[in-house]
Amino acid sequence: MGSLTAPATQSPSFSVSGLSFTRNDELLFSDLEFHLAPGEVLLVEGQNGSGKTTLLRTLCGLAMPSDGEIRWCGRDIREVRPEFFADLAYVGHCAGLKGELTPVENLAFTQATQQARHDVAPTDALARLGLPENCEWVPSRCLSAGQQRRVALARLLVTQARLWVLDEPFTALDLAGRRQIETMLAEHAAAGGIAILTTHHVLEVDGACTRQLRLGP
Amino acid sequence: MHPATATRAMSGVSLSGALWSILKRDLLVAYRHRSQLANPLLFFTMVVTLFPLGLSPDPQLLSTIAPGIVWVAALLAAMLSLEGMFRSDFEDGTLEQMLLSPHPLSLLVLTKITAHWLISGVPLLLMAPLLGGLLNIRPESIGILLATLALGTPLLSLIGAIAVALTVGLRRGGVLLSLLVLPLYIPVLIFGAGAVSNAAAGMDVTGQLAVLGALLAFAFGTAPFAAAAALRISLN
Repeated sequence: MGSLTAPATQSPSFSVSGLSFTRNDELLFSDLEFHLAPGEVLLVEGQNGSGKTTLLRTLCGLAMPSDGEIRWCGRDIREVRPEFFADLAYVGHCAGLKGELTPVENLAFTQATQQARHDVAPTDALARLGLPENCEWVPSRCLSAGQQRRVALARLLVTQARLWVLDEPFTALDLAGRRQIETMLAEHAAAGGIAILTTHHVLEVDGACTRQLRLGP
Repeated sequence: MHPATATRAMSGVSLSGALWSILKRDLLVAYRHRSQLANPLLFFTMVVTLFPLGLSPDPQLLSTIAPGIVWVAALLAAMLSLEGMFRSDFEDGTLEQMLLSPHPLSLLVLTKITAHWLISGVPLLLMAPLLGGLLNIRPESIGILLATLALGTPLLSLIGAIAVALTVGLRRGGVLLSLLVLPLYIPVLIFGAGAVSNAAAGMDVTGQLAVLGALLAFAFGTAPFAAAAALRISLN
């Protein structure tokens, strides 16, 4: 069957203009504007309920904005959906893991359905996230919340995605886990990737240009 | 340059590989949840065996009403298993990930429907000749019963997929799901049970089988698109 190859040599850029979102007649955010170049990390801040998750889901193309445009490499994401999705890795509130499958099987599934990096084996990615080796072959639902989060974040390492969108990636992670994710973010940025994330923790990404966006009052 | 960029041009994302891995994953998950797998089948068997007990064990009567009983039971069993198609994927977030796949969503949905049919429809198909025999359906008509179920059960999965996709975002979508799906199931029931009754009376059944086949072809071509669109709306 057919195969899909993303146009790739072009360096990535992600821009948003005039973005608004209304839910139940309530304006969550309006007229958001920003442009992210390779190597930039955007930290979305705001109180609980200020629409951070909705914003991230909108940026991924999961939720439809009421108004405004989201552009990936200069093209509207609705026009270049396959190419955009091939370049996108989203880790949301739900881990996106099948509880019946082992972490390795879950990552292998991600590799088969997304634009995979074949030079990184699932076991390598899990080892980098600090998942104990004896956890690699037990059903994911038997893992602790922090371990499940590590498996979910290991997905970032097995795909070629240049845009990472992470919703509260540090939830349930211990300090070592947080440091590891920060290192991964720094490497991603140094390699010319773009990341957008929300967190209530203090973010320290070495060497990356970290920008902030504040939602709500 | 991003390390991914260099290798990207060479490694395309293979669509067939992705579809195969979805099918494999769904079957594996079902296999590790065997008790849930047996649920619709047990229901199907129970409903069919209760009828002779409740009505009368008279073979003449049973053979008259058997096509209807088997078909109604198969339809209800299929409905019982529908929720499982997207519900657990929705709850653990894997549905969200599927929506963010670079592949055409309708094909991914079609693969999930196929997996659902293999898990819930095929066991009914295997059980039907035995239950038909118990209800005194003549051996010649059992072939027709199997043919109608073989055309009908995938149709039930395809139609059901649209309704499940529409209701998956609702907390208690069960009642709405039944309301949505039952009217659409009725034509399948009429033509399916009708064909078996006709066969038992020695009449021609090509008409009913042709209608079922046409419905299946139509649903095969349209339901995956409708379900994919419904999923995008449900997860909005």
